Amino acid sequence: MKVFTRRGFVQGIGAGLLLPGSSPGLRAAQSNQLARELVGPRFDLTIGSLPVNFTGTTRQAIVVNGQLPAPTLRMRQGEEVTIHVTNRLREQTSIHWHGLIVPADMDGVPGLSFDGIAPGTTFTYRFKVNQSGTYWYHSHSRFQEQLGLYGSIVVERRGGERHASDREHVLLLTDWTDHDPEHIYATLKRQSDYYNFNKRTVGDFFADVRSRGWSAARAERSMWNAMRMDPTDLADVGGYAYTYLLNGMPPAANWTATFSPGERVRLRIINGSSMSFFDLRIPGLKLTVVAADGQDIEPVTVDELRIGTAEVYDVIVQPGDAAYTIFAQSMDRSGFARGTLAPRTGMSAEVPILDAPVLLTMGDMGMNHEGMDHSKMSHAPLNHAPAESGPIVDMRASMVSPKLDDPGIGLRDNGRRVLTYSDLSTLGGPIDMRDAAREIELHLTGHMERYIWSFNGEKFSDATPLRFSHGERLRITLVNDTMMTHPIHLHGMWSELVDPAGGFLVRKHTVVVQPAQRLSYLVTADALGSWAYHCHLLYHMEAGMFREVVVA
Amino acid sequence: MKRLLPVVAMLLAMETHAQGQSALEHVPPEPPKSHVHAMPYEEMAEMMGMDDRKPFGKFMADRLEWQESSDDSRFVWDVSAWYGGDFNKLWIESEGERADGVTGDSRTEIGWDRIISPWWSLRLGARHDGGEGPSREWASIGFAGLAPGMFELEASLYVGENGRTALRIAGDKDYLLTQRLVLQPEMELAAYGRDDPERLIGAGFSDLKLGLRLRYEIRREFAPYVGVRWISHFGDSGDLREAAGGDADEFVWLAGIRGWF
Repeated sequence: MKVFTRRGFVQGIGAGLLLPGSSPGLRAAQSNQLARELVGPRFDLTIGSLPVNFTGTTRQAIVVNGQLPAPTLRMRQGEEVTIHVTNRLREQTSIHWHGLIVPADMDGVPGLSFDGIAPGTTFTYRFKVNQSGTYWYHSHSRFQEQLGLYGSIVVERRGGERHASDREHVLLLTDWTDHDPEHIYATLKRQSDYYNFNKRTVGDFFADVRSRGWSAARAERSMWNAMRMDPTDLADVGGYAYTYLLNGMPPAANWTATFSPGERVRLRIINGSSMSFFDLRIPGLKLTVVAADGQDIEPVTVDELRIGTAEVYDVIVQPGDAAYTIFAQSMDRSGFARGTLAPRTGMSAEVPILDAPVLLTMGDMGMNHEGMDHSKMSHAPLNHAPAESGPIVDMRASMVSPKLDDPGIGLRDNGRRVLTYSDLSTLGGPIDMRDAAREIELHLTGHMERYIWSFNGEKFSDATPLRFSHGERLRITLVNDTMMTHPIHLHGMWSELVDPAGGFLVRKHTVVVQPAQRLSYLVTADALGSWAYHCHLLYHMEAGMFREVVVA
Repeated sequence: MKRLLPVVAMLLAMETHAQGQSALEHVPPEPPKSHVHAMPYEEMAEMMGMDDRKPFGKFMADRLEWQESSDDSRFVWDVSAWYGGDFNKLWIESEGERADGVTGDSRTEIGWDRIISPWWSLRLGARHDGGEGPSREWASIGFAGLAPGMFELEASLYVGENGRTALRIAGDKDYLLTQRLVLQPEMELAAYGRDDPERLIGAGFSDLKLGLRLRYEIRREFAPYVGVRWISHFGDSGDLREAAGGDADEFVWLAGIRGWF
C-alpha cells in the first residue's frame, strides 16, 4: 500500500498532468492541445479515456478531445449549433448541456431524452441557442462526470454583454479523485461517514465542557446522539478522496490567469464538481456578481460566494498591479482549489489557510431550540409525505424557514460580505408574469447512515413521474428535511426563485436548498417531453434523489 | 387557451423587450422529434447508468483476535457479511474460538434482514452452534440497529429443538479519541430457557462479556487493536464450567485486527 501523504494528496502535484493519450484518436486530438476553446456553430467532440496524474498516481480519466476539462464551447446567441459527439469508450456515454434550454430529445439524459451514445457511435446534437451566458456540459451517464467529463459553455450575447469587461476567464471548479467512483459509492453504502475525518472526538467534548460547562456540552451531545446524527456531516466525500481542481489543475499547479492592471476582468465561475460546494474568494478583490446560472442580474458586490454543485456565477473584478489568489475552499474545509490572477504568469500571492469547519446546529437541522429567531420561522404545519415516515428517512424538519438571506453553514458572520440568494435579482424579471396556478411541494429526504436519498421519502425507482401540464405556470416548494445542503436541478425549464411574499428574485437552473430551508420557485412548463429533476450531488442522484418530470 | 399561449408569450416578450429587459432571451424549446420508447425500470436503470436498487455487499471481520488469560490462550473470531439492496439483505455472521487446534465454541447465523424503521431492521434466520459438545440448531428472530446514543445493538430470540430457547443481546459503541484512534466498549449477554449441560449451559442468564478495545484505523477498513475482556459465566453455567475444569470468570488481554471490505 502506498503511504498516504495528505499534503501531497490535497495539493496535488505541480506539473505533468496530462499524459499521452492511450488511443490514436486521442493522440490526434492532443496534438491540438491549444484547442482549449472551440467556436461554433459546429463542434466535434470525441469522448475517450486518458491517463492523468494529479496526485502522483496515474489514473484513467474520461475526457473530451483528450482534454480535462473538456474544451470550452463558445457559441453565439441565436445560432443553431451542431455538435457531433463520438464515443470512443467501451461503455455508453452522453452529454447534457447544463442550463441550456434545448428540446427534450437533445437534453442528453439516457433513458429520458435518448438512448445514450453507444460505444463506437456518433450522436449529433442540434439545437438553437436562444439564450446567452455561462453554462457547462457534462456526462449524464453513471459516474463519468466524476472521472473528468465536464467542460464549460460560453454563449456570447447578441449585441454584446450587458456588463462590459475587458477580458474574461472561465473558472471551472471540480473534484478529482484517484479512487474508483464505483468504489466511493459502494463505500458510502457500507460506511457512510467513511470520508469524514472531522468527526467530534472525546477531546472535543471535554473542550466543550471547559468552554460551556458540563450540562450544556452533555445536553448538546445527547441531542445529536439521540438523533443518531453527526454535526460534522458537511460533505459525504471530502479531501480524503478529493483533490480539488481549478480548470483541471490541482492547487500546487497554480492555474494562472493574466490581465493588464486596471482591466475589468470577467470570471465565469462554474462548479462542475460531483459532490462539492466551494466557498470562493479572491483576497484583495471585491467580486461584483453580474450573472447567476448564466442569467444577468443586478450587479451585487461581495467578498465571497458559495457556489453549489452545478451552479454558475459570473463576477467582474478590477485587479491592480499585483497577483491575487483565487481561493475556493470546500464547504467541509477538507481542501481547496486554487489559482492565481496576475499581471504576468509565474506570479503568486499568499494562499489563505482553510477556515475552521463549523458544526451544524439544531437550527440547521430544523429542530426547535433556544436562541432561534422564531420570527423567521414558518409556523405553518409542515406537510410531510406519508413515505417520509418510512424506514429510509432518518429525519424530518419540524421548524423550517426561508433562509434566503442566510449564506449557509460556515459562512455566517465570518467577517466577510458573503453572497446570499436574497442578493440576486435577475434583470428583466421573470419569463412569465403569471402567478402559479398550483403548487407542488417536495421534501428533500434521506437516510445518511444507510446512504439512501429521495424526494418525499421515495427513491426514483419507487416514484412515479411528476406531471406538468404543457403551458402551466406552477410553484415548486422545496423543504429540506435532511442535514445536508442539496443543489436541485430541473432540466429543460427555468426555476424562478421567489421570496416568501412571492416576489421574483432570480432565474436559476440549479437551486441550492440548505438544511431546514423551505423555498419556492415558479416554473413555466413550456418544454414538452420527459425531463430529469434531481439533486446534483452525483452520489445522491445515484442513490435515488431523482425524479422524472413529464410535460404533456 | 394553449393556442393563445405563444401569442401571450410573444406580447409579453415584446413588452419586456421594449423595456430593455431580458425576458426576450427565453424561447421555449421545440417539442422533441423523437421519444425514448417506454421501458420497465430495470431497462431504464441500465440505460441511465443509474440504479438505486443496485445491491451491495460488505464483509466485516469485526474481531480476529488472540486472547490471553492467566492460564489459557485462544484465537477468537467474529465476522459477518451482508448482501442486498436498501430494504432487504441476506446476512451471515459467525463467531467462535479455537484453542490448541480445537474449536471451543462457535455460533453461526444466517438470515434475512429487512429494514422496518429508520434505525432498526428485523432479522429472521437460523443459527447453528458448533464446537465442543453436541451441536444445536435454532430458528431466530431479532432486531439489529443503531440505538439512541449511537449504540450498535443486536437482540435476538432463538427457538431450538426440544423446547430450547435462548436470548442474545450484544452492543458496542465507538468513542473517537482522534480521527483514527477509536475506543470501543462492548457487551454481550446470553440467556437460555433450559439447562444444556452437555454444552455447559444452565437455565437463566448464562454469561456476560464486557470488552474494551482500542483500535487504530490505519485505513478505515483496516485497524489493529488491543484490549481487554471480562467474561463471566453465571449460576449453573459457571458451575458446569468449573466442574469441567474451566473458569466461571475470566479476564483476558487481547490483540487483534479489524478489517472490512
